[in-house]
Amino acid sequence: MIETEFTPWMSLGGGVLIGLASVMLMLFRGRVFGATGILAGFIIPAHSGDRAWRGALLAGMISGPLAIWAMTGQMPAVEVPVSTLAMIVGGIIVGVGVTVGAGCTSGHGVCGVARFSPRSIVATISFMAATFITVYLVRHVFTGGVL
Amino acid sequence: MRLLLTYLTGLIFGIGISISGMANPAKVINFFDIAGIWDPSLALVMGGAVLVAMVGYRFAFARSAPMFDTMFHVPTRHDIDLRLVGGSAVFGVGWGISGFCPGGAIPALGTGRSEVVIFFVAMTVGIALTRLYLRAKDTQTQPA
Repeated sequence: MIETEFTPWMSLGGGVLIGLASVMLMLFRGRVFGATGILAGFIIPAHSGDRAWRGALLAGMISGPLAIWAMTGQMPAVEVPVSTLAMIVGGIIVGVGVTVGAGCTSGHGVCGVARFSPRSIVATISFMAATFITVYLVRHVFTGGVL
Repeated sequence: MRLLLTYLTGLIFGIGISISGMANPAKVINFFDIAGIWDPSLALVMGGAVLVAMVGYRFAFARSAPMFDTMFHVPTRHDIDLRLVGGSAVFGVGWGISGFCPGGAIPALGTGRSEVVIFFVAMTVGIALTRLYLRAKDTQTQPA
C-alpha cells in the first residue's frame, strides 16, 4: 500500500479541465469524450475516415504528462501499489468490461451523467460499487494476496 | 486546423487527468479504500468534471450542429440491460484490481512507465477481442 495525500485543489482543477475538454469535443465534433469509445473506434473503426480525429485526440491525451513535464520539470506521479500480474489481469478485465458496458469513467461517469443519461447513471453506480467492493476485498479480506 | 483543435482538446484532457491524480493507481485505489487509507481527492475530480460538462453542454447543444460536423453523435439508447449493468460491474472489478481506467491509462502512457504500457496492452487486447466477439454475435442474432 502507498499512502497518498488529499489534493483538493489539484484534483478539482484537473476535473475542471476534464470537463472543459468534454465540452470542447462536443462543441467541435459533436462527440462524447469517452476514452473507451475513442480508443475502440481507433483500433477497430466502424467506418473509414473515422480514424484521423481519434488519432489526434489520443495523441493530445498522451501529450498531457509531457506538457506537465515541460512546465514543471517533473512527470506526474504514477505510483503502482499492485503487481505486474494485477496490471495484466486488471487490464484485460477493464477492456472486456468497458466494451460490454459501452463506456467507462469518462464516457458514462462524466459525459453521460452531465447529459442526465439514465443508462450512464446506472452504469456509473454499477462500476463505482464494483470498484469499492473489489478494493475492499483485495485490501481487507484476501489480505494474503491473490494476484 | 480542425485536427489541431482536436489535438488540443485531447491535450487539455491529458493535463487534467495528470494533475487530478486519475493517472496515479495508488491515488485511485486509495479513493475506493474508505475502510483503510482513504484519499477523497477523486470525488472532486468527478464532481468538477461533471459540473463543468453539465453547464458547457447547454451551450454546445444550443447550436443546431457542432462546428466540424453536420450533426451531434450523442448516444440515444435509453434501455437498461444486462450488458450495461454487468459490463460496467466487470469494469469496476478491473479498475479496483489495477487502479487504472481507460481515461487514466491513456494519458499515463505519456510518462513512458512500463507498468502503464503493460496495462494498456492488456486492456487493448480485451477491448479488441470483446468488440470483435460482440460484433460477430450481434450480426448472427440480428441479420441485417
